[in-house]
Order: sequence, then C-alpha cells, then structure tokens
Amino acid sequence: MTVASASRADSAWAALNEVLDPEVPALSVVDLGLVREVIEHEDGLEIVLTPTYSGCPATEVIEQSVLDAIAAAGLGPARVSMRRAPAWSSDWISAEGRRKLLDYGIAPPGPVAADGAVPIRIVGRRAAAVPCPRCGSARTERLSAFGSTACKSLHRCLDCREPFEHFKPI
Amino acid sequence: MISSIKIPAAPELSYLLRLADTCLISGQRLGEWCGHGPILEEDIALSNMALDLIGQSRALLTLAGQRSGESFDEDQLAFLRDEIDYRNPTLAELPRGDFAFTILRNLVLSTWLKLMWERLRDSSDAELAAIAGKALKEARYHQQHAADWAVRLGDGTDESHRRCEAALAQVWLYIPELFEDDAVDAAATAAGLGPAWSQLQEPWLAEIGEVLGEAKLAVPPAPTFRSSGKRGLHSEHMGYLLAEMQYLQRAYPGGAW
Repeated sequence: MTVASASRADSAWAALNEVLDPEVPALSVVDLGLVREVIEHEDGLEIVLTPTYSGCPATEVIEQSVLDAIAAAGLGPARVSMRRAPAWSSDWISAEGRRKLLDYGIAPPGPVAADGAVPIRIVGRRAAAVPCPRCGSARTERLSAFGSTACKSLHRCLDCREPFEHFKPI
Repeated sequence: MISSIKIPAAPELSYLLRLADTCLISGQRLGEWCGHGPILEEDIALSNMALDLIGQSRALLTLAGQRSGESFDEDQLAFLRDEIDYRNPTLAELPRGDFAFTILRNLVLSTWLKLMWERLRDSSDAELAAIAGKALKEARYHQQHAADWAVRLGDGTDESHRRCEAALAQVWLYIPELFEDDAVDAAATAAGLGPAWSQLQEPWLAEIGEVLGEAKLAVPPAPTFRSSGKRGLHSEHMGYLLAEMQYLQRAYPGGAW
C-alpha cells in the first residue's frame, strides 16, 4: 500500500511537470511553484494549488489542465483544492523555472523585499534596472509596471533596443 | 426578471461587504478604461489592476456569502443585490472622469486598501487573513503606480497640474467616509475581524501627504459634506453602474459561462 501510494503521488508530480501555464507556456505549474502538495485520499488524489494573483484569469484553466493531466496519466479520480495562505510568492519559482523564463525572453524576478519593508518609491529612488534577457545589458528602462499580464512588467534594453518583459517579484 | 436578494443586517457581514464592494466597484470603474487609456501601456495597466480588484472582491464575496447564513455565492452577491445593499464608500462609484481623476482616486483608495490589508493579515478570521496576505502584495503595486503618475502629472505641465488639482478637490469631498466609524466597525473590532476604519486615518494621511508634497499638490481643506455609500445611500451614479454590471444576469437569470 505504502509503495503503491508513493508511486501514485510521484506519477502525479511527473504529470504535473508537463502542465504548462497558459500565460507563460514555457513553464510548468510545478516550475512556477503553484503546486503545494499532492495528497492521497482513499477516494482519489487531491492536488493543492496556490493561485498567483487574485484576479489571474488563468486560474480556472490551470485547474482544468491539472485535472486533465491526472486523468490522462490514468491516476484515477482527482480533485483540486486552493490554498491561499501563505500567499504565493515569485520566490517559489524554481531554479529550473527561472532558467526557462530567461530562455523564453522574460527576465526572471529578483528576490522579494522583506515583508513590510516596501515604502512608496517616489521619483528619484528608482528600482534597480532589470538585466536584458537577450543581450544581458544592465542598461535597461522600465516602460510600464503592468505588461501583457498582471504578473509581468514591460521594459526596453537601451543597448540591443529590444523590448522585453520581466516577471515581477511579488 | 430574476428577483433581487436581500442582505441580512449583521454588522460583521456588512464589514466584509464594505470591503468586497470597494474592490468590486473600483474594479468595475477601472475596467471602463479598457480601450480608452491615454496610451496603450496605461490601458493595459488599468485593466490589469481592475482584474486584481475584481479577483479580490470574488474571494471576499465568497467569504461574505459563507458568513451570511444564507449560502449566497459570489455571483448572486455581485449581480442580484440592489443599490441599497451595496456597501462601498461613494468614492469608489464616481464616474472615472479624466486620467487625473482616476489616478488620484486610485492613489487614495490603493493606499487605504494597502493599509487595510496589512491589518487584516491579523484577522481572527483565517480566510480573511489569507485573502489579505495575497491582496496586500497587489495593492502595493497599485499604490506605486498611482504615486508615480500623481508625481509626474502633479509636478508636470501647467495643464496636468491644473487637472490634478481639480481632481484632488473632487476626490477630497469623499474622504471623510473612509475614516468614520459606526456600529459595523465596533462589532468588527470587538470580534477581532479587522480594524475600525478610523484607525487607518493617521498612516493614510502620512503616506498621502508624502506623495502630494512630491507632486506639488496642496492638501485640500477638510470638507463638511458627508457621503454615505457604505450605509447603502449612494450617489446618482451607482444605479447606472449597477444597471450595466448586472444587465446580463438580470436579463438571462442563472446564465453561466
């Protein structure tokens, strides 16, 4: 029983590794740190997810993709539950996930500032520039704090002149 | 036509609805900028913030439904309540105005919400504390966005300064409602649910004062007018907003994606 249980959870993790985020399709939900736990119950698997942003429109799609992947892997009945606390942090993106982001052309997030230590930054106290994911130059500028999705900001490299996105630390 | 739902008069439920409705109605107003932003990047930024706010309100409305004793879900609470049962402060429902008005209202409300979420992390209600932990991270980005623009426009051209000044004077009329307590706050404080709204005033004034100073905008005099949206008595704009927001669910009862 124990051996079988362990392998079923392992198989589930392997299947989840293939479930891509619909808005950043280079990364799996595991790379993004969305999967908290895979629990085995007598009546099936429970996949515990933590949503990234309160209003992320991909949340429902991700839930469905997770269930589809578990079903496709033949792992029996499964359900998804959401765990809000502790809140998701970009610090949970794996090293592998950060490498994939960079390869995909999105600058990965830096570490999240210690909680509560974020005063309003008024002009003159600019945040450090994000290195360009294409040429590596540190001479970049931010164009907008909100990019194609809430989790990304929009930047431009002053050397290679390419626009790029940055996965925001949150 | 599907009939409206009525909300039980429980103070702790009102406390949750005041917060949920502030997020929902602000989100609805910000969403109106989609396709109308002054530049594409701002169109996207305002729509993204609208999404965050609506997401926060979904979580809060779900929680309020569970605590209402009536098993209402988020959709029923959003689409089947009449104006009198909406509990957002009036400021949230005012028309979006020009870009300066939207920025100054966002500055005021995102700072208020950030301070609120900080405190709600210690709520006696674990689910509310969890929602706050997530929403706080988002509110910080919203506040930063509004502060950046307030400084850029307030300390900008004559025209942008004039517009910011006019917007601030308008916004300021609705500020007292954000910091006045009543029986709802007393019940929430007693239960450890969350802070009385008056407790946010001092830190709010400090942060807003810092931004306005940098933006070369003078803090307007305290108004004598008192708005009352959080008690269900709204401005004339609220009915139009709800008519648009609730139209589909009222016309096609029970319709779902």
